[in-house]
Amino acid sequence: MTVSRIDARFAALKTENRAAFIAYIMAGDPDVDTTLDILKGLPAAGADLIELGFPFSDPMAEGPTIQHAAERALKNGTKIADVFNLVRRFREHDQTTPIILMGYMNPVESMGYEAWAAKMAEVGADGLIIVDCPPEEADGLTDALDAENLALIRLATPTSDENRLKTLVKRTRGFIYYVSVTGVTGVKEVNAEAIRDEVRKVQEAAQLPVAVGFGIRTAERAAEVARIADAAVVGSALVDEIKNSLPDSQAGKAKVLEKAAILAQAVRSAR
Amino acid sequence: MSDLRPNTYSQPDAKGRFGEFGGLYVPETLMPLVLELNAAWQSAKTDPTFWAEYHSLLKHFVGRPSPLYLAERLTAHYGGAKIYFKREELNHTGAHKINNCIGQILLARRMGRTRIIAETGAGQHGVASATVCAKFDLPLVVYMGATDVERQAPNVFRMKLMGAEVTPVTAGNGTLKDALNEALRDWVTNVSDTYYMIGTAAGMHPYPEMVRDFQTVIGKETREQILEQEGRLPDAVIACIGGGSNAIGMFHPFIDDEGVQIVGVEAAGHGLDVYNGHSASLNGGRPGVLHGNRTYLLQDDDGQILEGHSISAGLDYPGIGPEHAHLFKTGRARYITATDDEALEAFQLTSKLEGIIPALESSHAIARVGELAREIGKDGIVVLNLSGRGDKDIATVSKRLGMGGISA
Repeated sequence: MTVSRIDARFAALKTENRAAFIAYIMAGDPDVDTTLDILKGLPAAGADLIELGFPFSDPMAEGPTIQHAAERALKNGTKIADVFNLVRRFREHDQTTPIILMGYMNPVESMGYEAWAAKMAEVGADGLIIVDCPPEEADGLTDALDAENLALIRLATPTSDENRLKTLVKRTRGFIYYVSVTGVTGVKEVNAEAIRDEVRKVQEAAQLPVAVGFGIRTAERAAEVARIADAAVVGSALVDEIKNSLPDSQAGKAKVLEKAAILAQAVRSAR
Repeated sequence: MSDLRPNTYSQPDAKGRFGEFGGLYVPETLMPLVLELNAAWQSAKTDPTFWAEYHSLLKHFVGRPSPLYLAERLTAHYGGAKIYFKREELNHTGAHKINNCIGQILLARRMGRTRIIAETGAGQHGVASATVCAKFDLPLVVYMGATDVERQAPNVFRMKLMGAEVTPVTAGNGTLKDALNEALRDWVTNVSDTYYMIGTAAGMHPYPEMVRDFQTVIGKETREQILEQEGRLPDAVIACIGGGSNAIGMFHPFIDDEGVQIVGVEAAGHGLDVYNGHSASLNGGRPGVLHGNRTYLLQDDDGQILEGHSISAGLDYPGIGPEHAHLFKTGRARYITATDDEALEAFQLTSKLEGIIPALESSHAIARVGELAREIGKDGIVVLNLSGRGDKDIATVSKRLGMGGISA
């Protein structure tokens, strides 16, 4: 399974000639049980892949929305072990939707690369995105993930020139995450037309699907991105639904799934 | 005691590693900028005109060299080795921070950057940044934890007076690490014109090396001055450590001198045994990755970063520069601690005995210098880096001692 679960999903979408909708939520926000309910509901709402954020105390590339989500998760006692358990319990219901864990380096360092990779494989996670781990520092982690047939998803950005892209795509598997704006998550909005050529360059350099994220908040944007990329990632706009429903976590869950369904529909009907 | 031998020390390597510490752990958006910064720094480093301008500014604008001063009454009080103060508190802006800011503003200009950002804890780096930005007519945004804005009000006023925009950071606990996060978020958003002026010898490569090289003027002067005044090198050098830039500036020129003990003093806050109650990353933390480098960090069992605590805003940081982590691991330097109470006592003692009000940061080193002086004995020499002056701390100290409020 694992990387092959990601590959299989993108291959299937290619035959349907449509982009993937990737939903991001933060594990433990507003609490672990609600996250599990949301995870279980996301595939039916139309999420083709799921990015599950694991909370970190110092999320330096996040805008306020995801910063606060991490703060809420940590405040209610969410541990890294809970994040792995969420994946394990999700897999009891769904064996095909890829799960990508996303977060920062130190919790991975703290557990150790091999132990982290083994745990991911054991619970059924498929890929990992580490925001503060550029290729220069990624060899040890990539080795550990490769040994378990898991993908370290690399990030490309508007500041990545052709030379940098060559460095970025080495040892990459699964897909490439294209950070569509210079900035933190959930603040600036992407201009899909303006990044069309960039996305194509990344696709060519990597020979892998390219997911675009960081600047998509609306169905319109999601549809635009779905026309020029292999996947559209939405995070902050979903997390906002949880925040806006607080303290009612059940209402938050319903709103997230409702919003996910709208975004998924926009992605599915884009081409 | 150490596996470092004279003249063999050349750190960091090309990847920014000091042994197993340091490195370049930044979001991909910043990678091209950080690599460009490194290229600019490597070129400036070997350019004599760059250093000529730097030294000219240190002399005429900062007022260097700073004196090396025999603290006679403190020496007599402890009854051990002679205690010399390296008087960094006499620099323009009142601390060592300006040495680094002069170097970095010259680099920023060389790179054609038109906007400067900085983080600050105690406000000393913020003030030094505001000073050089005023002098060179560049706009500056300073990120400062909301808690620190409150406890360092005089420095906030100084920054604003010199034209800086001070942005209080409420994320997390509103202290130095949160200010650093916010500065990085700014940098990642404003990649085309902005120079990030980091205030300590930490963060991603090349900052730990670059800030160190701008601060080693402290240790180099000390060497010359002690040879002139005493005809020999000291038996020990001692400095306080937050991120560790004043300390590495003092330590680095002595690393190859095996006869010179190197002693760093971390902030033990309420005590090393109090969970999340201190800022002693080496003595009370373990290795991890934060703010672009691998180093010792205060963290919980999940790798979540702890806020830590120190009465001194400048030491209140859960990490430490990677070169200190390396010197600690190899045993070349020894790292000990002083609590809030011990620092407060040293603050008052130095004021009364020497007529010098030291910064609370520097007071941590003073709190341990007596033991060190006695350990070395009467014929010995200890040099303490008096990294900053304590005017900014009088409100904090007065409140803590129950002497009522002071509006500074």
